[in-house]
Amino acid sequence: MKNVSKIIPCYAADTSGVCSALYEFGGMTVVHDASGCNSTYSTHDEPRWYDMRSNIYISALTETDAIMGNDEKLIEDIVSAAKDQKPEFIALCGSPMPMMTGFDYEAVARDIQGRTGIPTFGLETNGTHSYIDGASMAFLAVTKEFVRQCPKAEGIGVNIIGATPLDFPWHGTMDSMKQWLSDNGFSFICSLGMGGTLDEIRRAASAKVNLVVSFAGMAAAEYMLENFGINYVCGVPFGKGFGDVLADYIREAAAATDADCVSPYGMSIDDVECGTDTVIIGESISARSLAKALELDMGIGARVVCPLPTDDMLLSENDSELYAEEDIKAYLEREKPRTVIADPLYRYVIPDGTRLTALPHFAFSGRCFQRDMKDLINIDIKEFFK
Amino acid sequence: MLRKQEFDRPPAIRLGDAPRGDFFAGGLEYNPPARGVWNIVHTGMLVPETHEIFACAQGCLRGVILTAAEMNALDRMSWISVSEQDMFDGTLESDVVDGVSEIIEGLPYRPRAVLLYLSCIHLFAGCDFEVIIKELSEKFPDIDFSDCYMTPTMRKTVSPDAKMRAQLYNALRPLPVDEKSVNIIGNDRATDENSELVRIIKDNGFTLRDITACKTYDEYLDMAKSALNIAYLPTAAMGCSELSERLGTKALYLPNSFDAEKIRANIAALCEALGVECPDLSAEEDSAEKALKSAKSAVGDTPIAIDFTAVTQPFSLAKLLVEHGFNVRYLICDSLGEDGDAFDALKEISSDIEILSAVNVNMLHFPEEKHERVIAVGQKAAHYLSTDYFVNIVQNGGYFGFTGIAAIARLIEEAALAPKDRRTLISHKGIGCESCI
Repeated sequence: MKNVSKIIPCYAADTSGVCSALYEFGGMTVVHDASGCNSTYSTHDEPRWYDMRSNIYISALTETDAIMGNDEKLIEDIVSAAKDQKPEFIALCGSPMPMMTGFDYEAVARDIQGRTGIPTFGLETNGTHSYIDGASMAFLAVTKEFVRQCPKAEGIGVNIIGATPLDFPWHGTMDSMKQWLSDNGFSFICSLGMGGTLDEIRRAASAKVNLVVSFAGMAAAEYMLENFGINYVCGVPFGKGFGDVLADYIREAAAATDADCVSPYGMSIDDVECGTDTVIIGESISARSLAKALELDMGIGARVVCPLPTDDMLLSENDSELYAEEDIKAYLEREKPRTVIADPLYRYVIPDGTRLTALPHFAFSGRCFQRDMKDLINIDIKEFFK
Repeated sequence: MLRKQEFDRPPAIRLGDAPRGDFFAGGLEYNPPARGVWNIVHTGMLVPETHEIFACAQGCLRGVILTAAEMNALDRMSWISVSEQDMFDGTLESDVVDGVSEIIEGLPYRPRAVLLYLSCIHLFAGCDFEVIIKELSEKFPDIDFSDCYMTPTMRKTVSPDAKMRAQLYNALRPLPVDEKSVNIIGNDRATDENSELVRIIKDNGFTLRDITACKTYDEYLDMAKSALNIAYLPTAAMGCSELSERLGTKALYLPNSFDAEKIRANIAALCEALGVECPDLSAEEDSAEKALKSAKSAVGDTPIAIDFTAVTQPFSLAKLLVEHGFNVRYLICDSLGEDGDAFDALKEISSDIEILSAVNVNMLHFPEEKHERVIAVGQKAAHYLSTDYFVNIVQNGGYFGFTGIAAIARLIEEAALAPKDRRTLISHKGIGCESCI
């Protein structure tokens, strides 16, 4: 059965994606849930929880309130907390129970905004989807709410879209990305994700290019392409060779006068000759970027198995979208790759004779291997993958 | 300090002004990063040779799976994810039966029992858990199936923790009763061997059974032989009573108080139930007094903060400490539990103690406020008062009675003398469990 797993974990859910995406923007995120969502999120899906405070709460939904449809209690509780905490915005998302009771996020958000005067948006999560979906909704909502047309910054200004600690090491990643932008003569405008501030995000339309570093950032990038004519390029500058390729794509995207003339899927890799001896399991943009980096820096061909939401356009024809434990296991048993690069908890489905190169992914194994997470941005990756 | 601020819903209240019951208006809740308390995954793993299977939405699964992963027990857990479609297409029960069957048939070992957890949405959708258990039991007659619940939405009716501690003994079936044997029920850690509770049982020739000591499933099943079931944690009381009723054995609840009279009454009740003579406990009581004096001399007037996760009767402990000259300044607790008498008495003798909410949103930035050096009893107290001088226990730490008072006094003394690595200790999920982090 596709919804059964004998041993490997599931990825972080949509509620965690929302919270993670909005963590650093000064808003208040409320998960309409009894208790587990916030505990799970703050323990297993949020490495910043201990060191960096953020207004992320649960509604503490009770059986009686769920049965009676007592939305007024939730609204009053949020209005009260907003009065005390004075957030820049309020985001309301939810767990499976509100889905069961047919909770109307949009209406409640509108009511709260009316009472508080604080921008409020409802994000219809239900705990049955991936963190990518939740983060994607959240990034899009913030973009729609706060990004407005403004004069372009000088040179090539770049926004980084979609980086969260669920996909990237919290410490170091944004410094590495900014350094890489600077090394290539680009200026950093904002991060719609970790390391970002709402003031910077308000100026996002001054960028010439959006760099989408996870599929969670795609919807916001599409919105900015459509509304502000900002081209976007997908990829993470892993290694040296792919970093150079990505920089060229950004220059090309910045120079384009017609939004359609540059493929938004800058790293779409029709020209990549995929080998068959290495398989990377992970989020599509990161995994594809790593495959390209391995090819350019080390001459290793790699295919991607993507167990998370993505777009076919981001994958090569040799890549696969596989979600169930049984499908991933069967694929690896059939293909018998020499090496699998994946989170260490995939070890349970790696066939005998295949080597696992551990690349911890926080959205999969949480805190278990946090100390071993690798920042592969703008570095020589040969040492790591030798 | 928090009381002086103009919050719409203040997170602090002076003890003298606190009502019985809930101390604060309910509202949104914050989750402090103190992870020592056990959850239903940890508790379920106490049953040897057992496999846990969770059926719920991805968001709920995530927490339980990673609990197992962090305690290096992923090989004892599997899961079935529930989608929106599953809720409405009439396959709720059959999906669970099929999923569990597939999991069991694919396991590299044959579990003696399966703890099957359903979630809030199953109960709301009217899922027939009985049918699921019946079908699975017919299909796998060599495996005991227990219905377990991950239902936080129903926490005000019955807490998932209390329910889990009851379901833990689901597989026990009546056996010939051994009158010379006793169970301690519902604990997640062994009771201190030196406690008067354990010594009275063992010194009088009784066999003591406790799930925390069971190494095999057969040892676990043998718990049904015990003539008397004892619980002393509030979350274990329901399970103790249900089990005793089902097996036709005796139940005895001994609330883990820090009050000398109540401890003596507990011991008297225990001895009566065992049919043994009540021992003279003055030596234990003297030891507790000495330990408290020694701790007071180490602590001096340093303020003390106690949280409800460390001990099940925080007001009782606070009262004991105040009566011995300690400067108890904070209690972290949102509602009154079973120590109402101590709450009333403490109000009279130390009404300025500040009660802080553990979950109020306005506690978010409390740790960053300037705090004097505080000695904390419990992880949440350590977090909120931002102190490395703390006693790292949950649920009384397995201590009980006068020996428990002495042990906790010694821990307070140790905490006063040496700082701990707060971040590492409070991040560890489930005190006493293995941890890979």
